[in-house]
Amino acid sequence: MGDILVVAEHLNGALADITFEMLAHAKTLAGQTQGQVVALLVGGSGEMTGQLGAAAKVLTVAADGNFNPALHAPALQTAVDAAKPQVVLVGSTSMGMDLASALAAARNLPLAAYCTQVTAQGGKILATSQLYGGKLLVTSDLGAGPCVAAMLPGYASADAGKAAGSPASEALPAPADPGKVRFKRLILPEKADVDIQAQDVLVAIGRGIGKKEDIAVAEELAKALGAAVAASRPIIDAGWLPKARQVGKSGLKVKPKVYLALGISGAPEHIEGMKGAGTIIAVNTDKNAPIFDVAHYGMVSDLFDVCEALTDKL
Amino acid sequence: MKIAVPLKQVPDLVEDLEVAASGTALDFDGLKMKLNEFDEHALEEALLLKEASGAEVVALAIAGAEADRMLFTALAKGADKAVKVSGVDANADNHALAQAFAAAIGPLGADLILTGVQSASDRDGQLAPLLAARLGLPCVSVVTGVQPQGKAVLLKKEYSGGVMAEFEADLPVVLGIQAARQTPRYAPVSKVRQVQQSAKLEDFAASGGAAPSQVVKMAPPPRGQGCKMLKSADELLAVLKEKGVV
Amino acid sequence: MTLVFEHSMKRPQRARHTSSVQKESAIVDGIDISGHWNKMYAPREITAYDPGALDRVTAIPGAESMGWCYQCGKCIGVCPVDNVGDYGPRKLFRKLQMGQDLINNPDLWQCTTCMNCLRVCPKEVDMIKIMPAVRAQAVLDGTNVPQELQDMFRNVAEYGNPMGESARKRVRWAKDLDFEVKDLSKAPQPVETLWFVGDYYAYHGRGNDAARAMARVFNRMGVDFGILGSEERCDGDSQRLAGEPGLFQMLAEHNIEQFKKHDFQHVVVSDPHAYNALKNEYPKLGGAFTVFHYTQLLDQRLERLRPLLTKRFEKKVTFHDPCYLGRHNGEYDAPRALLNAVPGIQFGEMIRCREQGYCCGGGGGGMWLDGFMSDHVGERLSENRVREAVAVGAEVLAVCCSYEVSRFEDAVKSTGNEGKLQVLDIIEILDHCMG
Repeated sequence: MGDILVVAEHLNGALADITFEMLAHAKTLAGQTQGQVVALLVGGSGEMTGQLGAAAKVLTVAADGNFNPALHAPALQTAVDAAKPQVVLVGSTSMGMDLASALAAARNLPLAAYCTQVTAQGGKILATSQLYGGKLLVTSDLGAGPCVAAMLPGYASADAGKAAGSPASEALPAPADPGKVRFKRLILPEKADVDIQAQDVLVAIGRGIGKKEDIAVAEELAKALGAAVAASRPIIDAGWLPKARQVGKSGLKVKPKVYLALGISGAPEHIEGMKGAGTIIAVNTDKNAPIFDVAHYGMVSDLFDVCEALTDKL
Repeated sequence: MKIAVPLKQVPDLVEDLEVAASGTALDFDGLKMKLNEFDEHALEEALLLKEASGAEVVALAIAGAEADRMLFTALAKGADKAVKVSGVDANADNHALAQAFAAAIGPLGADLILTGVQSASDRDGQLAPLLAARLGLPCVSVVTGVQPQGKAVLLKKEYSGGVMAEFEADLPVVLGIQAARQTPRYAPVSKVRQVQQSAKLEDFAASGGAAPSQVVKMAPPPRGQGCKMLKSADELLAVLKEKGVV
Repeated sequence: MTLVFEHSMKRPQRARHTSSVQKESAIVDGIDISGHWNKMYAPREITAYDPGALDRVTAIPGAESMGWCYQCGKCIGVCPVDNVGDYGPRKLFRKLQMGQDLINNPDLWQCTTCMNCLRVCPKEVDMIKIMPAVRAQAVLDGTNVPQELQDMFRNVAEYGNPMGESARKRVRWAKDLDFEVKDLSKAPQPVETLWFVGDYYAYHGRGNDAARAMARVFNRMGVDFGILGSEERCDGDSQRLAGEPGLFQMLAEHNIEQFKKHDFQHVVVSDPHAYNALKNEYPKLGGAFTVFHYTQLLDQRLERLRPLLTKRFEKKVTFHDPCYLGRHNGEYDAPRALLNAVPGIQFGEMIRCREQGYCCGGGGGGMWLDGFMSDHVGERLSENRVREAVAVGAEVLAVCCSYEVSRFEDAVKSTGNEGKLQVLDIIEILDHCMG
């Protein structure tokens, strides 16, 4: 008990930032529970093991380098049985979704998803989840443990989860894979017309734009600012802009000098993609939109009025 | 092929959400609920599979405020059967819902179970993997694009940064749908009303368990984290100038 | 072979062909009329095309009159869409006659139901009945309904308004007033006038301006009025005309139920679409009330209103007749009476006025089809109308339908007339003159 097990995530040969963020979360938590930070690396390389210095120990499971839920979920369960941690941290990510709930159900463990924070207080593990499109924070009592928390990217510093030095590693047996889910291939995105990650200024649009034709208003403002137009998921799903312009959890993470969020409500999946921006300016007709919680400047206004007024002045 | 689509009701985020006096739950009084948008995508994907290769689509919902509307709308869109599951609160945690849905889905002998990848109220994990665990089936989440391939399906799972992975999964399998291949169709009220007269919902009595964790606090995020409100485009322009981008 | 043609407004009998017999030798009453190789007694083809397309339309209840067209072309001369594109009942009929389907066709969605065609049609081909009926079929079958329209239907079905805004925010506009508006949903009480505010007045920025103006004018005039507040829903008329009669019914049933809860003398509406719905359609569903458009109510009380108009409005003003108040319901005078009471006003008509008024493009679902229409017309109807207002020398284009303020202001910008033409709801002008 007292140990924190961090499930390392890697994609296409590299450890993902969320892994280091979780190690940072784990270090703080392990201080409170007076235990150790243990990392689980399934299908990773020796090089990756070497990067997990923030953990006292790394449990490794040999497997193909590509994520497969049918293999990784049972591997996690094996590791939890072996390591008996008090808290298991999984990423609130595409991979994490295939792991956390399966573990919780298989071992009947309390689980909190979409967590921004996990603390140990008075022998209990408390996890705070960001729910309802970011409108509410909900704190769950996960009991004395063992328990599972799925951590949202962006709520700890990845750097704080990195440390020099190779941790001790222990190999665990790979679980039998009945082969019901088979990985075929990885599909990498096409080269984009515009690299939104390389822009200083982004004019981002969300559902508030209303109609495809009205994107032109944002494009004019972008042109006047020497910026590029980016968008949240609904715009991309509707096919109004190419995927390369998507900012968010399943799109790109951007860190421009200035991020102008127009008609974007600020759902957590989107915030994940842009909270690192230098200055976030949000325009929305809803004064309670969650975007205003992360923005540095905000305006409760119709985005069209603002765009037109700005474009005129520039 | 038989496809089961469990549908979940969630608070409509267009509304302002209020916390109940207890401080640990939502105030559901007068709160507008609606179908989880991702479940709508799951239903759309099921209907597209039915149109492409012929399949039987069974929609399920937990008895509650939105159940009838969700189920009749599903039938109006083209679902073949609709099942209303009683025995658990429609606003309960996903653990309880998964137990009830699993009891109703088990006897169906479904090859494919499609449901939304997540919902706004997923405090205790997502419905798809919890349901899969109950049914003893594999689960893949964040799926866009499902293609039947004999006794299996080919699917695409989304990662961040636009990266995707292609998998092949043997049936039966549970999939958490991120987005259907096209925008979910609109079911005209005229059609839903027609269906309400002609179709019948099946009933299934299930039971749900208690959630393994309790809520100790529910509150809006702390405001005033330095968001300075501007009053005009001129002020906005001043900020842009100050940051050196204009 | 007999052809019966009744020169009346009743349905003419179709020409019926009996199957014919070809004879080499025919002598009738001693006269030899034997067939020669160049005289053939055979059914002569009137058309080489498949009449199925036309039959599929006329078989739909409500769309029968589509078959009555005799191609005179009077409708084309007055069709506002043909003026900026290629459209009109005669053309639709001809296409159907030639076998081109209307149900799965962009042609189905271009009509604004302005009624100018029906006004001049000698055969009473009734697009106001045809279009909703055929559209309802297309919507039910899911046949290529423009996505913009579907999105609007979805919002109205889910939220009771086309903007997709919360019903609870319907009364937000009234917060800035310095007096209280009686919200009957919160405090039921008898009132003389039940004011049906409408979606655009409730949720659109410029509509909010007009709503506040209306409240102030009513207040100054001592009108005893109340509103339904957050219990009000979209009147549903445009949705009915765009192909969702079920949605219309759902909305009407809800609104009628609300009306029946309260004690009032008459309903006053802000916009002509609600006027049309409440006056002509709601009674069919059990909701019959005395309804006035706001211009009619104020015109009735003009002698009480006139002394309150103290501030001058010295502008050149023209007026756009809204299709659903004018042509559809015969009211052309009330708005003019109000405008002519404005001190200092210089009122002038546009060329296409009164019965010949030119549609703004918002009716029949057009309000939510601008993206779709951009593929079919050279300029928007509202842009064409704005040019006309400017051409007759107007500084202000006065309107009394909330769709129009938004459409015309947009058109003023897109035709480069910003600063030259102001668009105002009549109620805003009256409010201005009350100081």
